[in-house]
Amino acid sequence: MTEESWQDGVYAALKGLGVSQIGYVPDAGHARLIERAHADNDMAAVVLTTEEEGIALSAGAWLGGQRTALLMQSSGVGNCINMLSLPINCRMGFFTIITMRGEWGEFNPWQVPMGSATEAVLKAAGVHVRRAERAEEVVEVVSASARLAYDSAIPVAVLLSQRLIGAKVWVK
Amino acid sequence: MSGLDRRAVVAELLRDTSDTPGGELLVVTGLGSATYDAGAAGDRDENFYLWGAMGGAAMIGLGLAIAQPTRRVLVITGDGEALMGMGALSTIAARRQPNLAIAVLDNGQFGETGHQASHTALGTDLAAVAKGCGWAATATVTAMADVSALRTRLRNEALFAVIRISPAEVPRFLPIRDGARLTARFRDALGVPIG
Repeated sequence: MTEESWQDGVYAALKGLGVSQIGYVPDAGHARLIERAHADNDMAAVVLTTEEEGIALSAGAWLGGQRTALLMQSSGVGNCINMLSLPINCRMGFFTIITMRGEWGEFNPWQVPMGSATEAVLKAAGVHVRRAERAEEVVEVVSASARLAYDSAIPVAVLLSQRLIGAKVWVK
Repeated sequence: MSGLDRRAVVAELLRDTSDTPGGELLVVTGLGSATYDAGAAGDRDENFYLWGAMGGAAMIGLGLAIAQPTRRVLVITGDGEALMGMGALSTIAARRQPNLAIAVLDNGQFGETGHQASHTALGTDLAAVAKGCGWAATATVTAMADVSALRTRLRNEALFAVIRISPAEVPRFLPIRDGARLTARFRDALGVPIG
């Protein structure tokens, strides 16, 4: 399964679950989803200056009866911690898809500390964490995790492993 | 230091909330005094009070405004809360969301924590920041006589307003702080289907 095809599968799954707002801080691993969201008149695609804005966006959407997904990379998780008190205290569904950096063939050492801490930090903050390692399982993992978030009104994160996404290639 | 009475300002901004295009005004308040002011003006199901999540008020307003395009959303917050979420001014301006307005109660202080001077007392002009981020309509209000006209604009325009209020202490008013309860009653008021 190519990256483009599983990303299209993820987009279809989110649409099928009624997601109508997608907040994002760009990452190459999310590029296709972001492109699809912008091309879709029934989807509000909101570019953020920092990841925690997306948690607040999701909370507002939930208050108004809409479902959201937040797209970010693992380095953005550190920006989100206090804002996670919002969906947790308010019993709101919150769903995020996180592309992992700093764990598989990483070139940039600055990505490693947050990449190594991502899962532990999310769990410590009260987020339910699921992980997809293989292209064949991504759509199923995303779909089940998003349903868990919306139907049980809890915060859920899906980590897309760097092995799945592919390490960023740096060329001089 | 001069400045308007915050309780009088918020009471005027939240006067006759049913007199709003699209129906009852939807209100999100930033943690601390803005939450107390809105509660003191009269508790209502369409008030969503923040007691934390500092820096998030404006973005909650955006998510809500996108989800409820026929309703008007007003975010009322303080200068400290707005400063922490300054990037949101850029994010919201980029959306050109027509049904969202923000009112910042600016006393130049972090009032909740001992009245330390905030950046707005040290040179930052939040209305100018919003303008620089691309907000088409911004305003700064310093006179009580102008608050009534501001109330109308905040219910009809995508306006970012700074209101210079007095840093004087006012009696504390503590509205509901159970987030789950606030969420449930807000969604019920909007008729959002349960689960």
